[in-house]
Amino acid sequence: MMDKTEHSKSRREFLKKLGAGAFAAASASLVGCTPGNKSAASASAAGTGSMTYRRNAKGDEVSVLGYGCMRWPMMPSPDGEGEIIDQEAVNELVDYAIAHGVNYFDTAPPYLRGMSEEATGIALSRHPRESYYIATKMSNQSLANDLEGEALLKASIEMYRNSLKRLRTDYIDYYLLHFCGGGDGLPFFAKRFDESGMLDFVLKEREAGRIRNLGFSYHGDIRVFDHLMSRHDEIKWDFVQIQLNYVDWKHASGFNFNADYLYGELAKRGIPAVVMEPLLGGRLASLTNALNARLKEHRPDDSVAAWAFRFAATPPGVLTVLSGMTYMEHLQDNLRTYSPLEPCSQAELDLLEDTALKMMEFPSVPCTACQYCMPCPYGLNIPAIFSHYNKCINEGNTPLSSADPDYRRARRAFLVGYDRSVPRLRQADRCIACGKCKEHCPQTIDIPAQMERINLYVEKLKQNTI
Amino acid sequence: MLRKIRIALACVFWLGITALFLDFSGTVHAWLGWMAKVQFIPALLALNAGVVLALVALTFIFGRVYCSVICPLGVMQDAFARLGRIGRRRRNRYSYSKPLTWLRIASLVVFAALLAAGLAAFAAILEPYSIYGRIAASFLTPLWVWGNNILARVAEHYGSYAFYSVDLWMRGLAALIPAEVMLVLTGVLAWRNGRTYCNAVCPVGTVLGFISRYSLFRPVIDTSKCNGCGLCARRCKGACIDSKAHAIDYSRCVACMDCIGNCRQGAISYSRRRFSGVGSDDGAEATDAGRRAFVIGAATAAATAAVSAHKAKVDGGLAVLVDKKVPVRAVPVLPPGAVGQTHFSRRCTACQLCVSVCPNGVLRPSSDPARLMQPECSYERGYCRPECTRCSEVCPAGAIRPVTAAEKTAIQRGHAVWLKDNCVVLSDGVSCGACARNCPAGAITMIHSVTGDDASPEIPAVDPERCIGCGKCETLCPARPFSAIYVEGNTRHREI
Repeated sequence: MMDKTEHSKSRREFLKKLGAGAFAAASASLVGCTPGNKSAASASAAGTGSMTYRRNAKGDEVSVLGYGCMRWPMMPSPDGEGEIIDQEAVNELVDYAIAHGVNYFDTAPPYLRGMSEEATGIALSRHPRESYYIATKMSNQSLANDLEGEALLKASIEMYRNSLKRLRTDYIDYYLLHFCGGGDGLPFFAKRFDESGMLDFVLKEREAGRIRNLGFSYHGDIRVFDHLMSRHDEIKWDFVQIQLNYVDWKHASGFNFNADYLYGELAKRGIPAVVMEPLLGGRLASLTNALNARLKEHRPDDSVAAWAFRFAATPPGVLTVLSGMTYMEHLQDNLRTYSPLEPCSQAELDLLEDTALKMMEFPSVPCTACQYCMPCPYGLNIPAIFSHYNKCINEGNTPLSSADPDYRRARRAFLVGYDRSVPRLRQADRCIACGKCKEHCPQTIDIPAQMERINLYVEKLKQNTI
Repeated sequence: MLRKIRIALACVFWLGITALFLDFSGTVHAWLGWMAKVQFIPALLALNAGVVLALVALTFIFGRVYCSVICPLGVMQDAFARLGRIGRRRRNRYSYSKPLTWLRIASLVVFAALLAAGLAAFAAILEPYSIYGRIAASFLTPLWVWGNNILARVAEHYGSYAFYSVDLWMRGLAALIPAEVMLVLTGVLAWRNGRTYCNAVCPVGTVLGFISRYSLFRPVIDTSKCNGCGLCARRCKGACIDSKAHAIDYSRCVACMDCIGNCRQGAISYSRRRFSGVGSDDGAEATDAGRRAFVIGAATAAATAAVSAHKAKVDGGLAVLVDKKVPVRAVPVLPPGAVGQTHFSRRCTACQLCVSVCPNGVLRPSSDPARLMQPECSYERGYCRPECTRCSEVCPAGAIRPVTAAEKTAIQRGHAVWLKDNCVVLSDGVSCGACARNCPAGAITMIHSVTGDDASPEIPAVDPERCIGCGKCETLCPARPFSAIYVEGNTRHREI
């Protein structure tokens, strides 16, 4: 029921098949911008060869690099209120990605304060519809907090129709039941999809062809995953999205479950896996200096992030690896990694496992900056606080004692950097521990407890009592 | 030569004292903090007998060098006077004037009376060091901080931690308006006529003038050499040389030495007095007190409108935070070391040094007419952090006595009061306890809002015996714009 073969082919050939001649001409000129390159398929800034593709049961040829649309570049809003998506930059990224063979784009209604679908739709609609696959999600988890039954179904259907409208399409290639396993687990899933009748609705939409592939994205309670696996015969999942990276493979944090188990369950049933958080929200893009150096020694030309991407795509049952690429440099680096993919050898897998073990020695917060917890009603910038803390750990700026030879410099870097990264009004000491954020966190981080821990550390540094 | 020494020393003192007001990092104070402490009135208020006696002795020996070198307002006036000379290309443009003795005595009497009445805040309006302090804090500090913040931005760009950005905020008009008025007044007077303020109004100038009249060293006109050209009088910014009579009014001479080099006949020299009989009839006593009072309405920061609603839950974004407003405090909160309202208001000259150095945005000049410009604590921007004792270190007048970080934890300057109506536990229906969790004194306990109902929301209960009034709870309280817990001052601080 699933015919997944790994094969590479030239992007040019692929695009030709899709009848995108006009677009290919445009992309050739784009590639022409990089020095010494005329052919899109030859060596370029974006790789030495051509993109690796994986095929699913329906015959979709999916690029092993998928574009996560949760981290589009932002710019200050013209009305001075907050930020909006920088559409021009998004268009540029999408054009470049498509020109270099990326054809899977993953978004969701709540992403980027609800602006992601629209921006993604605008950028993609400038290309032929058959040249890319769209993935979006049924994100009725927040609706289900206030609604149930008929009312929830109505609101959920409205969300689905809005997705179609915003993405400027009349069908969705990959549709996911979002955030399964969150909330209180099984009862919450039942409320969202079974009791409301929403599952029946999406199954009918799949029958009608408006949903080409149906799957779910999983975080949290393992019972929900197992439950959904047990209903595979009934529902026939076309794919499942899981968090997979060399840390989560065997050392998932919080209530998350190890990826080797999740992947194994999927592989057993022949269900393709879509990988999210291959970089753990960027945390695997830069490790401690020593760990960075060790990876560099093995493959001097590869970025640290490239290791994580190669790891995530190594299991053959992985359909695509999602990466939320904000910057062109990240996109190009990932294209280099996957054009074509060189799977990790056993020795390399062992090295990454050892890297993961070493990472566990540092008390960094497993935040992926997905922003699900935001906005905090009391104004904290939760991901920014965690990101600063983790960055300081990696850079050796979290002294454990005032007797450290480097104490004064590290203390200053931590404290000055803290005020720079997070305005004082939004720092950890402002947490009131109301716990509203906890239910939203797909990494099941005990955010209030972490805030208290970080704040205690900050206080020790400030008071010089460490 | 003497003039050059005077100018060099004056520059050192002026730059040093100005640096005290500019330096927010606290490093300069360790080295130059004494410069504020040798100021005459602050030393007098601090009952610093050593300094006062030293200054008296200094004046008795050398004349009013204090006014030319140590007093930052005096040096600032000299700088303005110099500007005036450059503008008009006239080096020698002053002239002798008769002493305004009645005005000098009257302002000294008023000043002394206000101090005696414990109204240091009003007396401070005339006090030279604190006048300069308010000018520096109001005009120079913001410029400095602004410049620093630009450097901090540049440093951030290059990933350097050499500079860090500091909050630049308006601390209220209470000190700004008097600072502006005195800057213009002394500036214009100095620009036109040199040391008019020092010789007609300044109470320190008057007191030191009594002494310098009998000083050991002073400029003397040698009548045998003098040709009566009057160049010295036209160069004298103190307007104290009566060249026709070959007489110098030593009570007004600030020992600037300008006249000495200016005399083409070499007729003026700074020389020792030859004793012919020392009279010491020091005795102007305060009899009557005139009163003047400025009442300056305080303008509070404009409230920002808040939109906090987020209807459909989407990911990301930041909640809008309304600025906190200053609660009405029946008794002002004073920093630890201030001992109490009376002790503090009797000594504080409102020089704003503590306000300038407070790194937590706590101290600001009061707009209360009775304590005008004297600092008080408020906690919207930050709280009185446990490791910080800056204000007590810098206070030159002994209004805020030195305390250590350890002593500070046991000084109760106020006590927290809970305001039920503002508490988010009741208004938002969330669990909170931020005040209790953060209280460094462990003075707040969370209790059930309904007696005996364990499921009822938990609200804070303050133990006023243990509260030290640091304001951490007030700052960190999530209720906006008014916190649900705020600090009410104690009239007398006590140890707990």
